[in-house]
Amino acid sequence: MEILVCVKRVPDTAENEITVRKDGKDIVRDDLVYSVNEWDNYAVEEAIQIVEDKGGSVTVVTVGDGDSEEVLRREMAMGADNGILLKDDAFVGSDGKGIATVLKGVVQKGKYDLILCGAQADDGAGQVGGMLAALLDVPYASLVNSVKVIDDKKLKVGREIEGGNQEMNEITLPCVLSIQTGINEPRYVGIRGIRKVASVEIPVLGASDLGLDAGAVGKAGAKVKLVDYFVPELGAGAEMLEGSTEEITEKLIELLKAKGGLK
Amino acid sequence: MAGQVFAYIRHHDGKAEDSALELVNAAKKIAGGAAVTAIVAGSGIDSLCAEMAASYKDVWKLDNSALAYPNAEVIRKALVNILPANAVVLVPHDTFGMDLSPGLSIKMGSPFVADIVDVEADGDVLKIVRQEYSGQAHTHVECNMSAGAVINVRPGVFQPDESKSAGGSVTDKSAAVGDLTCGRKYLEVVAAEAGDVDITKSDVLVSIGRGIEEEDNIPIAQELADAMGAVVSCSRPIVDAKWLEKARQVGTSGQTVKPKVYMAMGISGSFQHLGGIKGNPFIVAVNKNPKAPIFQVADVGVEANILEFMPSLTEAIKAL
Amino acid sequence: METVLIAPANYSVLGIPLILFSLLIPIAGTALFTYIIAKRLAPLVKAAPDNRLNNIPQRILQVAKLWLAQWRQPRYRTAGIIHIVIFFGFLTLSIRSCSLVIIGLSEDFVFPGLGGTLGNIYNFLKDYAATAVLVACAFAAYRRAIVKPARYAVPKKYGHEHTAEALFVLGLISTLMLSESAFEAAQLAAQSQKGIAGDFVAPLTLVWFWKLIFSNTPIENLQAIHILSYYIHDLTFFFFLCFLPMGKHFHVITSIFNVFFMRVKKGNIKPVRHGVPDDKLDELESFGVKKMEDFTWKHLLDFYTCADCGRCSDQCPANAVGRPLSPRFISIKGRDKIFKNYPLRGDFLPSEPLIGDIYEEDEIWSCTTCGACEQECPIGIEYIDKMVDLRRGMVDDGNVPQSLQKPLSALEKRGNPWGKMEKKRAEWTNDLPENVTVKMFDAGDTAETLYFVDSITSFDDRMQNIGRATANVLAAAGVDFGILGKDEKDSGNEVRRFGEEMLFQDIKAHNTEVILASGATRIITADPHAFNALKNEYEGLPPVEHISQVILKKIRSGAIRLKPIEDDSRIYTYHDPCYLGRHNDLYEEPREVLDAIPGIRRVEMTKSRDRSFCCGGGGLMLFYEPEEEQRMGVLRVEMAKAAGANVIVTACPFCLVNMEDAIKVAGMEGKMEAIELAELVDRQIIR
Repeated sequence: MEILVCVKRVPDTAENEITVRKDGKDIVRDDLVYSVNEWDNYAVEEAIQIVEDKGGSVTVVTVGDGDSEEVLRREMAMGADNGILLKDDAFVGSDGKGIATVLKGVVQKGKYDLILCGAQADDGAGQVGGMLAALLDVPYASLVNSVKVIDDKKLKVGREIEGGNQEMNEITLPCVLSIQTGINEPRYVGIRGIRKVASVEIPVLGASDLGLDAGAVGKAGAKVKLVDYFVPELGAGAEMLEGSTEEITEKLIELLKAKGGLK
Repeated sequence: MAGQVFAYIRHHDGKAEDSALELVNAAKKIAGGAAVTAIVAGSGIDSLCAEMAASYKDVWKLDNSALAYPNAEVIRKALVNILPANAVVLVPHDTFGMDLSPGLSIKMGSPFVADIVDVEADGDVLKIVRQEYSGQAHTHVECNMSAGAVINVRPGVFQPDESKSAGGSVTDKSAAVGDLTCGRKYLEVVAAEAGDVDITKSDVLVSIGRGIEEEDNIPIAQELADAMGAVVSCSRPIVDAKWLEKARQVGTSGQTVKPKVYMAMGISGSFQHLGGIKGNPFIVAVNKNPKAPIFQVADVGVEANILEFMPSLTEAIKAL
Repeated sequence: METVLIAPANYSVLGIPLILFSLLIPIAGTALFTYIIAKRLAPLVKAAPDNRLNNIPQRILQVAKLWLAQWRQPRYRTAGIIHIVIFFGFLTLSIRSCSLVIIGLSEDFVFPGLGGTLGNIYNFLKDYAATAVLVACAFAAYRRAIVKPARYAVPKKYGHEHTAEALFVLGLISTLMLSESAFEAAQLAAQSQKGIAGDFVAPLTLVWFWKLIFSNTPIENLQAIHILSYYIHDLTFFFFLCFLPMGKHFHVITSIFNVFFMRVKKGNIKPVRHGVPDDKLDELESFGVKKMEDFTWKHLLDFYTCADCGRCSDQCPANAVGRPLSPRFISIKGRDKIFKNYPLRGDFLPSEPLIGDIYEEDEIWSCTTCGACEQECPIGIEYIDKMVDLRRGMVDDGNVPQSLQKPLSALEKRGNPWGKMEKKRAEWTNDLPENVTVKMFDAGDTAETLYFVDSITSFDDRMQNIGRATANVLAAAGVDFGILGKDEKDSGNEVRRFGEEMLFQDIKAHNTEVILASGATRIITADPHAFNALKNEYEGLPPVEHISQVILKKIRSGAIRLKPIEDDSRIYTYHDPCYLGRHNDLYEEPREVLDAIPGIRRVEMTKSRDRSFCCGGGGLMLFYEPEEEQRMGVLRVEMAKAAGANVIVTACPFCLVNMEDAIKVAGMEGKMEAIELAELVDRQIIR
């Protein structure tokens, strides 16, 4: 099975404190550390496991700048066979559809049976997978937490839905799946693994390589525009209890009694 | 001028989800005075449509046995066939909306904005508030809706319509759904394994998150719960770490709970977690990070390390 | 000397001269033994290299101490004494056994030098030796079969009991002792019956008893006993020789080599591959141990050498709390696997991955690298390097528990396992008293001494107090010191021990560079893990001292004066951190510091100094969630209670974390307290 996994380099929320720049144009990027989007990492692991079981190859692709190459290498160190970097000034400022359009270009240059994305990334939209599937006119399933290959035409996939339940679907190939965390246990990638693939050639493709009209992607093509980042007015938040631990617990117990929290 | 505004009604076992009435108020902010149309897709949904007519001026019924289970791929086909090209469609940003909307926007040729927490219409321009980085940063986003739009609305942020004064009518659009065959076939829903406890039945929950730090600290929460006559629940990371069973997880991917008192201990308060808390309980948040989003929704907050605070609270309660 | 009985060399049965057997048995026995040893050596030849021919004088000393003087045996008194008796008996009797073999060919053979008085003395000694060995064997058999000490038990998952093998070998040894003495006694009895004065017989020896028993035995029967016991001894001797390499008694042969080749340096971890320098590591195809032959030859020799005595596992804290690790079975399973893959007959089997076959992932991650097993092993078996090598193999395969992946990735990106921002590394200094200033090398300050804080003291809310106490004490003692601030990264002690070698190399290179650039001429740390790494794993740094050493010197010089402890209900006990004690031999300094506090009441726990019981492990071990029945810390706190203490003093932030946690878990809050040494000194200092 030939699998393409779309990944993104994002600030690691576990290892950063995100603050907004004073001018609101961006978050403060000094001192940030980046890694591959957590959901994407699960997707790559899933792809590798499928290929280990059924044969084929895994290609990882990202739309980004030169720095994004590092996440491709990390995923290649994990076991992906190929990496493709989609880099072009024309791609900068793309909205979700723009990114999906760029990815559609790369999908059409290859021959993939299965395309995986993470269920969401740093912007929390969770949109690129579904858009890509619609652009390609192939079936889509989101929030996938189990994949079983039935044959080379069909998969059985589980989706995580409300209440911790799992919705089972049969889906025909080729298709796009967006992968939920917890689907597997991603393997560790050490520095040594990354160094091993440090000199592997990673092709860089731009708009013209993908046959894209530069006006359809990037800032020019974006219908959804990010105006600014901001810190919301702290509205009626919690009443913060202050004082010594004794004072706080005393106050809290009174409140709990009043609200039926103590029996 | 923007097109007609639609609200997609999520329902389950013949009952509308909470989001169905929340979209009324979200849609009003976009449509201004114009009428909003509810879309109810399913099989055997007459009474539900009638119920929705109390809150929406117009209700489009899509009744088809192929729609009995909300398979987003099937429903997308139906919607593309019935909706006007410049429709502005509101969908709850739940596991169905995340499945449906991105693809729908492509097929409708309209912009898509996911997981909005607030919106205003300025002519044809939608001014939207979103969150990024797990709620650590807010953004203003704009898009033009003159050619239509698909907007996913975060459940729980808009007040539900309580007036039920729309006095609307139901229009049967079932005949227009067209060909519904697609490459994804729904098979079944596998229910989550039931745990020893039913957190949905408890009036008081002591809910723990990452702040518990390690599995061995869970007894500290259990002792507080025992002292309060409460049950221990948790957020997703605790279940992911396999420290507690799935049945104790509160959130959109876990259980929906309606306690009277919710003790959020070391929980930062992601919207997925808050999405599982209904019925407006009295929320007490204890967190060592004063910027934790949970303090925005809690009634009472304490800035403290739960590993130190919970034992003192337990002691104090026992001493009563 | 006139002999009555015909010697085996001259005897014939049915016309066949027995000298033929005297010749055949040794030839066949030696040939078979050589063949077996050759087979046993095959995996060692294929194994990874290891230079163990350095430090020869120290190695000879180790052989003299651990092997010849049986230094560690009495740590388990009864078994140790029994072993020492058998060991020295064997040493003494080896000469006799060899000469007996030759006597089968030539009746009057004596080793050169053992003809005269020396020979008489030797004979006297060897008779007592044989007797003592037999008695020791009886004791040993009684212990094995009746007393059954718990540490010999074999848990079900590790296979069947080893008692039968042990008893069989004790039987063989006894047979050797009895037949050797019977052979000699028959001759002496015959001489005595004929009125010929024989050699002096040492009273109450086996020979003496046999002679007594044989005093009325007819001469022809004595002749038969003489011949029969000779060949029983001869056969048993060569059977025993060939049987040794079949199991745990291989140590009889290998232990001298194993002790000679055992590690001579403490506290460090072996290189990934001996002979490959750090800057060439990238060229290695594979890292760590994945299959048997990836172990070094010394580590395979360890497997052969394990005597199955169970002391390692008896001391192992992981084993004590029910983690799925018993060091003894790391060796036994390894040995059995080699025997299976390298059979004496037939082709060698292809090597398979060890993890999932004989070892489990959790088993290998369960080790805290406390070193109690290695400290205890009487014959120099190494475990920590094997654990690390196996972890390196798993890391190389991406096989790392999810709970460890986050801290490792944070260490890579932020230089600390919590992923806290570098710029916050020195925030603990904000709450220092006004008169205490900490110089910042990263801000261009200069100082003579570098205080290496390390991650947990820099970032953990509670442990930051150790940092402040250390700074207070250093300031009070007039030490001119600074910290690296945001330039400091984790020392990497556990990064290396968890098998992430390349990350450790990166961290080491970074820290080395900034430390050297600081211009400091000495390093002080209060974190034993940092102390160990900087001292034993880094190269080319200024000298490194632990805060306890510094405090002691300052107390002696009078620069630090301590006020008396006022609360006389406090009874202190000192818990040895593994990386201060066992790995670096710092046992006395912290105790002397404590004892320098006037009025302190201090008790020792039963398990202390080099038998200290690990608190649960530091560094990345804090992030690993092992399967266990209880916490090591809880056991340790109970040991402190049993010693009559109510304050545990330790000298390590990780020990403090684990002890304070354990006190809560054990429900001993208010009854037991844990404090770090620098904190205690800070509290008592006269300013």
